[in-house]
Amino acid sequence: MNAIPAFIQPLFDILNLPEWLRFVTWIVITAVVMFLTIIIFMAFLTLAERRVIGSMQARIGPNRIKVFGLPFFRGLAQPFADVIKLMFKEIILPTGANKFLFILAPLLTAIPALATWAVMPFWPGFTVADVDAGLLYILALTSTGVYGVILAGWASNSKYAFLGAMRAAAQVVAYEIAMGFALVGVVMAAGSLNLGDIIDAQRGGIQNWLFVWLFPLFIVYFISGIAETNRAPFDVVEGESEIVAGFHVDYSGMAFALFFVAEYINMILISALTSIFFLGGWLSPFADMESLPAVLTTSGLHWLVFKICFFLFCFLWFRATFPRYRYDQIMRLGWKVFIPLTLVWITVEALLAILRVGPFARLMAS
Amino acid sequence: MSFTEILFYFFSAVLVISATGVITARNPVYSALWLVLAFFNSAIIWMLLEAEFLAIVLILVYVGAVMVLFLFVVMMLDIKVEELRAGFTKFDWLGLPIALVVIGEIASVVWLKSSDGVHLGLSSVAAPAAYALDYSNTKALGQLLYTEYLYPLQLAASILLIAIVAAIVLTMRKRPGQKMQDISAQVAVKASDRVRIVKVAAVQPDVDHGVEGQS
Repeated sequence: MNAIPAFIQPLFDILNLPEWLRFVTWIVITAVVMFLTIIIFMAFLTLAERRVIGSMQARIGPNRIKVFGLPFFRGLAQPFADVIKLMFKEIILPTGANKFLFILAPLLTAIPALATWAVMPFWPGFTVADVDAGLLYILALTSTGVYGVILAGWASNSKYAFLGAMRAAAQVVAYEIAMGFALVGVVMAAGSLNLGDIIDAQRGGIQNWLFVWLFPLFIVYFISGIAETNRAPFDVVEGESEIVAGFHVDYSGMAFALFFVAEYINMILISALTSIFFLGGWLSPFADMESLPAVLTTSGLHWLVFKICFFLFCFLWFRATFPRYRYDQIMRLGWKVFIPLTLVWITVEALLAILRVGPFARLMAS
Repeated sequence: MSFTEILFYFFSAVLVISATGVITARNPVYSALWLVLAFFNSAIIWMLLEAEFLAIVLILVYVGAVMVLFLFVVMMLDIKVEELRAGFTKFDWLGLPIALVVIGEIASVVWLKSSDGVHLGLSSVAAPAAYALDYSNTKALGQLLYTEYLYPLQLAASILLIAIVAAIVLTMRKRPGQKMQDISAQVAVKASDRVRIVKVAAVQPDVDHGVEGQS
């Protein structure tokens, strides 16, 4: 829980709010600010995706919509144009669709994607909800996100959508286990389920960041994250060449936009979690180099954002580079390669802990 | 009534409604969804009891994995609930007395008072005090499980592992006509095994069509 900062207290005094209402108001303010920031970040991510992949494929990408008619940064307002277009489109209910679930499904995908951000540590000492079991909370919420996809596929009353939903269910369950095991390794090395404590455990320079000791788990976690968000090369859930657009083939307008929003927010989420678990979150890699400018040596939000952007770029890069996996190969990679790999590395970690090597010495000390 | 109590009664009411929904819904997909809602509400009630670890694990395991597979199966199968329900009232004579006994037992715990005032009734047990704000249920559970109950925990884990392996072995039995992929053979394949390069002699076109632009 965060104390209410001093700068907002005078405002509460003027309004003469009772103590409990101040607390609730502060929570609501942080939640709304965070929500808007993430949505705007997500909006520009869609633009970045089209520009980055465009330049990788030697074309330009969106370059028409100008901000207030300014001659520079052409295409910068493209996300807003897209949002306005989607808002004014009709939401079509297919014949024979289950109306209630059809409307509920996009909400069920978007809500967990946003709620997960509550336990995210953004800069030293700031988390909206400093939960002790934060890592479990994130795992639990991300695992409920698949309901939206399954229900969308079922409620659409279409074979393509249904096939997409079945694929999504199988894929998410498969990769969740590998993801969970990779996080077991993180918890063993950091000795805590609290995200802030996991970052604190990586203090003291780049050699203490967990990706050094948990390199296989780092790779497994990020690739599972890509599979979990149904992004290329694991996007058989949408598989245009086989099932048109998969689970959201019958959706239009804002209902479709919600699926889109959830997918991109989940991408940002996976990038943020990978940076927090394996690359020290908001920690600066140059913390002990005095000669560098202060911006580089101080730990803070800018480092977290930089790391998130790096992983997001990887997401886009992979999409432009790799061809789509065959479905049985996806299953094989998840069940027969990643899960044994993580199990082996957890055993290695246990051995390292007994030998008191690296960050694992901490486990035996307590 | 305190705020916690209001929350408790609200979520228990939703829990009871969703539990009823599980058995009364006509559509099996709706039944499964009611069950998901029931799990969520019981998790929240556990959260009110300051057992956040159990609450989150309930959602993680049951909602996140078990019910997803359940929905998967329920959607794939064409279950006719009406046919299953055809003989539903046949066993009323057995079900009703059992239900009455259970209700009676619950009522005796909640409302009745025994003569010595110790063994029955909620009033004979004082409500436990709330823990301090920095109490961590996760830590407390871990400490107990890995010290006092270490061997039972390891035993349970081994039994589960054996069950998993057994379930896999049961489905792996050899049958005639089974189609399996040999992944290592697929990976080890070389281009020369699959592609044959055939040399075809080039042929001079015999008709002079004349290309446009070069008269």
